[in-house]
Amino acid sequence: MSTGETLILATLLLPLFTAGVIRAIGRAEDVRDTITLLAGIALAILCAAMLVRTGEGDAPSLVLAHPLPGLDIAFKLEPLGALFALMSSTLWAVNSLYSFGYMRAKRETNQTRFYMCFALAMAGVMGVAMAGNLFTMFIFYEVLTFATYPLVAHKGDAAARRAGRIYLGILAGASVLLLLPAIIIIYVLAGSTDFVAGGLLVDKAGPATAGLLLALIVFGAAKAALFPVHAWLPNAMVAPAPVSAMLHAVAVVKAGVFVLLKVSGYIFGADLMHANPVTQWLLWLAAATIVIASLVAMTKDEIKARLAWSTIGQLAYITSAALIGGAALTAGGLGMVTHAVGKITLFFGAGVIFAATGVSRVSEMRGLGRRMPLTFGAFLVGSLSVIGLPPFGGMWSKFLLITNAFDAGQPWTAWAMIASSILSTMYLMPIAVYGLLPPTGTQPAAFTLPGGAPRLSLTPIAITATLCLVLFFLAGPIVAFLGPLAGGAR
Amino acid sequence: MNAFIDFYAAPPGLTAHAAPLLVIGPLIAACAAALSPSTRSAWMISVGGTIFAFWMALCLAGEVARNGVVNYYMGGFAPPLGIAFRIDALGVMFALLISGIGVMAALFSGHTLEAEIMKGKRRLYQSGFLLCVAGLLGLSATGDAFNAFVFLEVSSIGTYALIGVGVDRRALPAAFNYLVMGTIGATFFVIGVGFLYAATGTLNMADMSGRLATLGDSRVVEAGFAFIVIGLGLKAAMFPLHGWLPAAYAYAPSLMGVFLSATATKAALYLMARFLFTVFGPHLDFVGLFLTWVMAPVAGAAAIICSAQAIFQTDIRRILAFSSVAQVGYIMLGVSMASAEGVSAGLFHLFNQALIKSALFMALGGLAFNIKATKLSDFSGVGRTAPWTMTAFAIGTFSLAGVPLTAGFLSKWRLIEAAFAAHWLWAVGVIAVSSLLGLIYAGRMLETIFFRAPVSEERAGEARFGVLVPLWILAAASVWYGLDASLPVDLSTAAAQALGLAPAGAAP
Repeated sequence: MSTGETLILATLLLPLFTAGVIRAIGRAEDVRDTITLLAGIALAILCAAMLVRTGEGDAPSLVLAHPLPGLDIAFKLEPLGALFALMSSTLWAVNSLYSFGYMRAKRETNQTRFYMCFALAMAGVMGVAMAGNLFTMFIFYEVLTFATYPLVAHKGDAAARRAGRIYLGILAGASVLLLLPAIIIIYVLAGSTDFVAGGLLVDKAGPATAGLLLALIVFGAAKAALFPVHAWLPNAMVAPAPVSAMLHAVAVVKAGVFVLLKVSGYIFGADLMHANPVTQWLLWLAAATIVIASLVAMTKDEIKARLAWSTIGQLAYITSAALIGGAALTAGGLGMVTHAVGKITLFFGAGVIFAATGVSRVSEMRGLGRRMPLTFGAFLVGSLSVIGLPPFGGMWSKFLLITNAFDAGQPWTAWAMIASSILSTMYLMPIAVYGLLPPTGTQPAAFTLPGGAPRLSLTPIAITATLCLVLFFLAGPIVAFLGPLAGGAR
Repeated sequence: MNAFIDFYAAPPGLTAHAAPLLVIGPLIAACAAALSPSTRSAWMISVGGTIFAFWMALCLAGEVARNGVVNYYMGGFAPPLGIAFRIDALGVMFALLISGIGVMAALFSGHTLEAEIMKGKRRLYQSGFLLCVAGLLGLSATGDAFNAFVFLEVSSIGTYALIGVGVDRRALPAAFNYLVMGTIGATFFVIGVGFLYAATGTLNMADMSGRLATLGDSRVVEAGFAFIVIGLGLKAAMFPLHGWLPAAYAYAPSLMGVFLSATATKAALYLMARFLFTVFGPHLDFVGLFLTWVMAPVAGAAAIICSAQAIFQTDIRRILAFSSVAQVGYIMLGVSMASAEGVSAGLFHLFNQALIKSALFMALGGLAFNIKATKLSDFSGVGRTAPWTMTAFAIGTFSLAGVPLTAGFLSKWRLIEAAFAAHWLWAVGVIAVSSLLGLIYAGRMLETIFFRAPVSEERAGEARFGVLVPLWILAAASVWYGLDASLPVDLSTAAAQALGLAPAGAAP
């Protein structure tokens, strides 16, 4: 077995093994949590190694099983997948640290199940990221859905169970009803589901068929939360803060747009994306999603709901990039990373505020930042990055996304993005700014948790806020690394 | 059948007689079990008898892989005078399936009969079970239309008795209902065979097929066809003739749930496929019309309506029973495509379903010691107190719902693939929608079992070891065939070929 194959196998097995260990030693909390953290770090190192190899042109690949003749569970790294894997594993490690502080401070029950499902979900994410064909990607996409259901329904009360049902219903339902038939049709048309640079379906499907398949996939990958399959995301906010942070800003939603980016680049290819009649309609829908989600976000006083609606809008940016195809895919890949880092910072902040004071409404946060300067400072950084202001990573992705939209002759998409940037300034900035301003009239809520913000949760916020800044300088190398994605599509 | 090409399970002398031994083995065991001195020895005979049958099925698999068809004439008298066994790839697939599930069910029966059957009747119960196995195996091995009826009735009569014997009084009307419906089905079948005999003058299925081809348009043959299809449709619980099934599965002793759900309707489906494709053949007008305009819509309706009905059941076994009818719909949908891909996908689904359903009923039966519960709500929180049993149940449910990495996913994949290849886009939609419904009832069961707090103080403990072993073998098979389905794909493709359906692109 070559080094590349070993790396892939290790990346898949490590989270699974971790889940098993967590289940076995659940009672010993400290040991369990340490193992989770170490597994996260080890996974990030593995992913970094794979990223380096991919960058060197020696992409690891592995065929794991042959379930049916001509259909393999196969893995093959390419730049976008390597980046997605590295991003998710790094943020998992950071998020684990955050979870320890949050979950202990909130005295949550069933923590062993919580960490176990998190590890299983990471196995799903790694599988999606490394998948070498659509079949494999679908398998792990579903693993991710089912592994995260217990996390969404974590509280176990009626509201959480209802949210869990909506979550599973929309995600699994759309994937079975739309995504799976699309994949099988692609398999029948092309004879395989492999990701091929330049597009698998080139010369194998006409524009009309391609359009139908594209619509099936865009709505079938409901994790990307395009209207009207977005409803699961605001509902999923009943989950504990680390789940919202990791899954509903990073892993799950990004898996959705990741599928779209991969499908655009490697299944349809730029020409077929451009030639089929459905793309234009979907682009308009994405533009509408961008604007409407931002408008809805403005009306939400509950901080997590506001962030969720913001996420729906931001995901539609990346969906637009996937639909435009070609060079925009690099911008989409960069946007995937910068938004993940920015949004996880915001969710971390929201969670810490809630854990420390029990406040979850924006209107009650005025002046709270005086007492929690680090949290609100990081929140400000995250907000600036998500809005797309320098010197933070989000600026570059916004810039590239908007210029690509203009270049591709999609002014509506570009203007929707610009409008949404202004709107996001209006719904994100007040949170941090009013928080840091002196209180007026009533005093802000006191700490309900002795000692204020859970210590273990503050370090992760600092890390991700710093990452927002670092990404500003890393944007160039990331775009260069993703270069083959755009080049291969031509 | 490449997997069995170099497979010699027994010395040639024994292999030569494997076809009748496949039936006679369990038949002798049935007598022995009835006369055996104790419950325990009856159980051992039952396990031994089914293992012997499985062994013979393996021998036949090797022979069929090498020679294509195994013909065996009882006493050396050739048909039309003698009784012929004729086993091809399709028959072998069912023989392996029935005897394999039979072994698992027999292993399982040792513990559950104590809980569910009165003390004096356990030996006879094993005997009846073996009779039923012998009948079903005979069905898969015989080459004679009338003997097919005889074997069908041997197994059915065993079944009627076995369903009613349990402690649950609701099983009695269920068994009676099944008896009436089953008898109507068998009568229709035998009337149909009579029509065919009148038209062709032979009962041997191969001869019948040859003479029918030369007969041209004949009302007698068409009437016979209608009787046979409806009769077997009743036995196979083909929608809308499935009324007897939910109660029979739900209230029968768990051994019957395990065995019947995997084999009884499947055997009737086998016979249906045999008549549709071997005896009549889809090239005949009325067969083709029936497949496209009757069977396919009915199958699609079953897949959707019965999946929807399953969602609203409160009794957990009835959920599984309605799901079974829906799955019969899937299988029929595949068969009605009358293409190599479609039939082989349908048979592949049948194979996977047999593994899944017997595992699910086994898990529920294993708990029957501890909780006398049948309602879904009674199973709240059982996942915590009986994790091993219920994890296997969860694997089965995942496979039932078609979750990736399980065999059930691959069978749905193949069905959709076949439907698209046949340009039946509506069937793609039907399968997708009914998969969604399947996801809902599967999710409902798992949510109750794993995520709800237990309702009563009565603690549901783990199933016994003797139950867990066959249960986990079946659950592991569902996962294994989800990762590497080469064996069932091989079997079902060869079976479709044995029905005279060549894969697209291959030379006929």
